[in-house]
Amino acid sequence: MPELGKYADAVLWSWAATLGLIALLIVMTWVQSRKAKADHDAIEARRKGKES
Amino acid sequence: MPEMHRTKQARDRYNFLWEWANPVKFMWFSGLALPWLVAATVLTMAIGLIWGFFFTPEAANFGSSVKIIYVHVPSAFMAISAWFMMLVASLIWLIRRHHVSALAAKAAAPVGTVMTVIALITGAIWGEPMWGTYWAWDPRLTSFLILFLFYLGYMALWGAIEDPDTAADLTSVLAVVGSVFAFLSRYAVNFWNQGLHQGATLSLDQEENIANVYWLPLLFAMAGFGLLFVTLVFIRTRTEIRKRRTHALELRERMADA
Amino acid sequence: MIALLARDLRLAIRAGGGFGLGLAFFLIVSVLVPFAVGPEAEVLARIAPGILWVGALLACLLSLDRIFQLDFEDGSLDLLATAPIPMEGTVAVKALAHWITTGLPLVAAAPVFGALMSLDERGYWWIFVTLLIGTPALSMIGAFGAALTVGLKRGGLLLSLLVLPLYIPTLIFGAEAATRGIGGFDNTTPLLMLAGITAAAVALLPFAASAAIRINLR
Repeated sequence: MPELGKYADAVLWSWAATLGLIALLIVMTWVQSRKAKADHDAIEARRKGKES
Repeated sequence: MPEMHRTKQARDRYNFLWEWANPVKFMWFSGLALPWLVAATVLTMAIGLIWGFFFTPEAANFGSSVKIIYVHVPSAFMAISAWFMMLVASLIWLIRRHHVSALAAKAAAPVGTVMTVIALITGAIWGEPMWGTYWAWDPRLTSFLILFLFYLGYMALWGAIEDPDTAADLTSVLAVVGSVFAFLSRYAVNFWNQGLHQGATLSLDQEENIANVYWLPLLFAMAGFGLLFVTLVFIRTRTEIRKRRTHALELRERMADA
Repeated sequence: MIALLARDLRLAIRAGGGFGLGLAFFLIVSVLVPFAVGPEAEVLARIAPGILWVGALLACLLSLDRIFQLDFEDGSLDLLATAPIPMEGTVAVKALAHWITTGLPLVAAAPVFGALMSLDERGYWWIFVTLLIGTPALSMIGAFGAALTVGLKRGGLLLSLLVLPLYIPTLIFGAEAATRGIGGFDNTTPLLMLAGITAAAVALLPFAASAAIRINLR
């Protein structure tokens, strides 16, 4: 941990906010992607099942 | 050769179902590229951020607060780049009608919005010790607030229109006109209030440029944010394509049932 | 085209609301502000150009969804699309009709509202001039926003979200020109910029707006 001196609060808060928001964005993107893939695979499987 | 014949037929039907050849190619290519992109993003961001946070000296006037630039500058840079990418993608959609292009613009908007918010928040937190206030109507801060409003309007328009092609068309028109007005706002705001921001710290002019000890890790951080943007846009575009195809298949099922 | 303009104006007057509503809204804003900030003449005169400009902008916003919505619902927009007049012309005429019913009354009444806000004669003059130059841009930009949202059931709120950011440059230069003029400073630059925005909006935005309408009519 580097010595941050009197600006410690500002530095830590802005880094925390940045990493937090990016993490949120990544999690949202990932969840949406998983859901879209699951829905897509489900309907694809149903279609395949009907054809055979 | 019945085996080969059948695969070709299957592939043709697949293409026909997709109704556009391009998304198939995009899914194939992005599927291949994603693992590499993720790895490159993690590596570059880790280098840039860890270097920036732990191994950079304090600046004479700014103390340790200089470390904020490793998140502030890359996010601000990506906020503008994302809008620019959306503008280009919108133009490609309007001119060439590539569906992937329209969906990529849609996929980029939330990422750009988050980057804008990060730039605003880190700017405000930095502003407090530097200028004594969280918010000043400094031209650059104000411009970013305006950019944020443009992102909100763009995403709201996507959400409001049901027909996907109409939504793609109208948001593209908005992106083009909005870009002109965003550019105009930048100059209007500059005229309205001369600012507090320090001059071009990132310009190529060597004399004005900040020293190499800060510049190198910043370069890594910026590359990392850029790669993060590309990766997220790839994933989100794939999500959009899958959603669109699921929707098309659902309609087809319903028609077959009826 | 003149027939279309006459028709739009007649409709706006007959439907009531459209013509006087913006003006009444402008009046209410000018009455409410002194209640909110206090009756001191210096304070009011100091913020008057800004308040009057924001008021004009919101009054303009109020009637935007009427520009195309009614014609879209009863199908006359489809007729206009196939009419010999190009769509760009139709859009420009409709924006002009909106300006005559909303912008022009505001411009004409601006000195009265200036008096309410404790401005002097120079103040009336500059409010009048900047609104006269700037409001056509507001109508034209608004027509573009209305064209984007014409197909939507409840587009009103979305319309504000889309149009207000586009109003920022006009507002900045308009209010700046008025403030500088009232303060007795040189305001040539913001005035020229304001005129430039209006000219560019009137020249270019009809193309974007008619493209949006064609997409919505598909």
